[in-house]
Amino acid sequence: MRFALAGNPNSGKTTLFNALTGSTAHVGNWPGVTVEKKSGYYKKLGEKIEIIDLPGIYSLSPYTPEEIVSRNYVLEEKPDCIINIVDSTNLLRNLYLTTQLNELDIPMIVALNMSDVSEKNGDFIDAEKLSEELNVKAVKISALKGSNIKELMEEALKCAKEPKKGVCVVNDGALKGIYKEVYGLYEKENIENPVFHTVKMIEGDSLETEKFPDIEKKCSELKEKIDTGDFEGDFEGVVADLRYKYIDKHYEPSLKKSNKMQGMTKSDKADKVLTHKIWGIPIFLLIMFAVFHLTFSENLLFIGYFIPEGSFDIPILGTDAINSPGVILFNIVDWITSSITEAVGGAMPEGTWYTSLICDGLLSGVFSVLSFIPQILVLFLFLSILEDSGYMARVAFIMDRAFRKFGLSGKAFMPLLMCFGCAVPGIMATRTLENEGERKRAICIAPFFSCGAKLPIWAAFAGVFAQVYSGLNAELIVFSMYLIGIVVAIIGALILKLTAAKGETPPFIMELPNYHAPQFKNLMLHLWDKLKHYIYRAATIIAGAVVIIWFLSSFNFEWQFVEDSGQSILGSIAKLFTWVFVPLGFAMGDDGWKFVVAAITGLIAKEMVVSTLGVFSGLEEDALEMEASDIVSTPLGIMMTGIGGGVLGGVDIAIPAMFSFMCFNLLSVPCMAAVAAASGELNSKKKLWTAIAFWMLTAYLVSLFVFWFGVLATVLWWAALIVGLVIVAVVVTLVVLSTKHIIKMPKFEFLKKLKKNSKKSS
Amino acid sequence: MLVKLNEFIPEQSGVVKKIQAEGKIRRRLFDMGITPGAVIVMRKTAPLGDPIEVNLRGYELSLRKSEAECVVMEVEK
Repeated sequence: MRFALAGNPNSGKTTLFNALTGSTAHVGNWPGVTVEKKSGYYKKLGEKIEIIDLPGIYSLSPYTPEEIVSRNYVLEEKPDCIINIVDSTNLLRNLYLTTQLNELDIPMIVALNMSDVSEKNGDFIDAEKLSEELNVKAVKISALKGSNIKELMEEALKCAKEPKKGVCVVNDGALKGIYKEVYGLYEKENIENPVFHTVKMIEGDSLETEKFPDIEKKCSELKEKIDTGDFEGDFEGVVADLRYKYIDKHYEPSLKKSNKMQGMTKSDKADKVLTHKIWGIPIFLLIMFAVFHLTFSENLLFIGYFIPEGSFDIPILGTDAINSPGVILFNIVDWITSSITEAVGGAMPEGTWYTSLICDGLLSGVFSVLSFIPQILVLFLFLSILEDSGYMARVAFIMDRAFRKFGLSGKAFMPLLMCFGCAVPGIMATRTLENEGERKRAICIAPFFSCGAKLPIWAAFAGVFAQVYSGLNAELIVFSMYLIGIVVAIIGALILKLTAAKGETPPFIMELPNYHAPQFKNLMLHLWDKLKHYIYRAATIIAGAVVIIWFLSSFNFEWQFVEDSGQSILGSIAKLFTWVFVPLGFAMGDDGWKFVVAAITGLIAKEMVVSTLGVFSGLEEDALEMEASDIVSTPLGIMMTGIGGGVLGGVDIAIPAMFSFMCFNLLSVPCMAAVAAASGELNSKKKLWTAIAFWMLTAYLVSLFVFWFGVLATVLWWAALIVGLVIVAVVVTLVVLSTKHIIKMPKFEFLKKLKKNSKKSS
Repeated sequence: MLVKLNEFIPEQSGVVKKIQAEGKIRRRLFDMGITPGAVIVMRKTAPLGDPIEVNLRGYELSLRKSEAECVVMEVEK
């Protein structure tokens, strides 16, 4: 037996699915689209019933991937029964989908979810009356409390065993005659689900008319004779209107309003504050700050400012301050993994290639990826709480205007914000974006936001340079990297909007669901889901990449094990390709190739950049563990300040070269974990390679510009100022023009032509 | 009096007369319940001035002003 679970977004579908299947769910993607596919088993009725969770949809129109997937599933896979879950607190709109699903010849049962909440609000629904009125069995349940779920499944099983004929609700008004005739055409051809097909044909649904061109011809002849009044021949509108009229008529008798005062609900009250005209944005910023504070701060609630220095130093918990839960978890995992590495390393002979493979390659590589898990999980926990409670929809509501200019909607805000912490959960969270093009644009600019792993690079360089060059301020350098990331992301989004990931700004017609308290069990299941995926990736793709990189950096071309990675295959290749990076400045000079290798290892994981530089300089300690002020006088500090060979034509180019190096690290492929996440979300090799190419190209071009602009600024500061002002002016004009759709069209046409030509020639 | 939905002020309500959009957006408006005859109450505009929040068929819906512009309304009060 196979039951399909269908319903509107926010109807409690996921909760019911979890209640039915426990944690047995299997998650995958529907072929061809990034729409999540979940299935699991319900075993409490003796018979093993597979539950397929269809994506949350409002309709069975041919416009969104979710709707097409759902529709193809019910038509082609023919489940034994459809469980249509509806939100009782929003019954009118939810029943709209019910009337569409009920047109199928597939047995169906309606689960009236959250009926307890609607009763509290004063609306009592008579399930039996509703069943009669709508010609479909309805059962009241509470997915949250798990009540009546067994009864629902028993009824569903009964339904599944009885044959069913589709129920039409639009054989009325203007459509009365045409419905009968078109229905006859389908019946003559012996097509399954004739009611569904007939209605779709009358709507002029593109998927339907393509499939049955003969019937389409006759149908449009019939349509011409019909007067649709205000709809002016728009049959899609006529059908939608008839559906709602039918619901209005048949829903009233089953509803009993109690005498309770119909005042403001709790949700309305919460909304009054949370989306307030003045307080909405400050409250939102405060919530965001709290989320990041609890995940990344090493000074929880700023207690550290009130405690004298040196008063306590407790491992894991914090030094002179309390760590946030995220950091505490991070420290625990770090402590466990480093103990394992130490224990394993101690038990194996020193200096052999296999010790190196296990300790330096496999363990350190996989552990460096695993070390992100605590903070990713904490971030995801908060995100899920915000999502479950209904606040996330309000965030989209508040932020939409600011994001629209860049071809994104308000919904893209949260995923992108998370990228400041880590690009991996940020990219995974783009799944909440409905529009495929928007999702792709968001993923492409996600790595530009400076993540936590990049901070040590900024801290090391900024710290060292600020000590050597008295005019530099370390905080300002770090801040400028964050700023450059944001600016490049904005420009990148605009360029993508105009070119590759084309498409107009996605529509923003979105339900603002009622607020409710998030459910612990659901949160945990959600987190477990994410964790499983991440660990799976860490164990496969990342571990594989790490071993390959370890091999390339530990052996030379004679297959001999080398200690100095400069002699290794990777080192030799990097030296060979150093000329590619010479225009960027940081690859100039005798040490240039070392920075190139560091940047390349940074593509695996950004934590490796500083460590790699440390190894090259002959530093014995781990550079990541050191303060910038201690690094200055070490060989590493000397190497860092000598970046770019130090002098070019009598000009000190170290500072421009440093900025160029940091920009390259900021904008290039962030890490293998992020690539794995992007590959999961983009779901297409071609799109993934486009994204990677976009990141590398952006990194190269921006670094190139930054370096030469820096050199110009060192030689002739006023010339650089003029150039800078001109560039800012040009960019601002472009942004203004493109958001006003003035320059969009010509570029668009030109690219279309280019694409057509390339298709022809191939 | 016929007014477009984007011109509504908070607490104003009206009945949908006509949808002047095409394709995907038109269908989306229908699917969310904005059909001729539906009663819509304007709730508020977002802090940045756009989108807007409206109430219809017992639930809250948010849409951009550019999308609300497609909805022609008969003002009630």
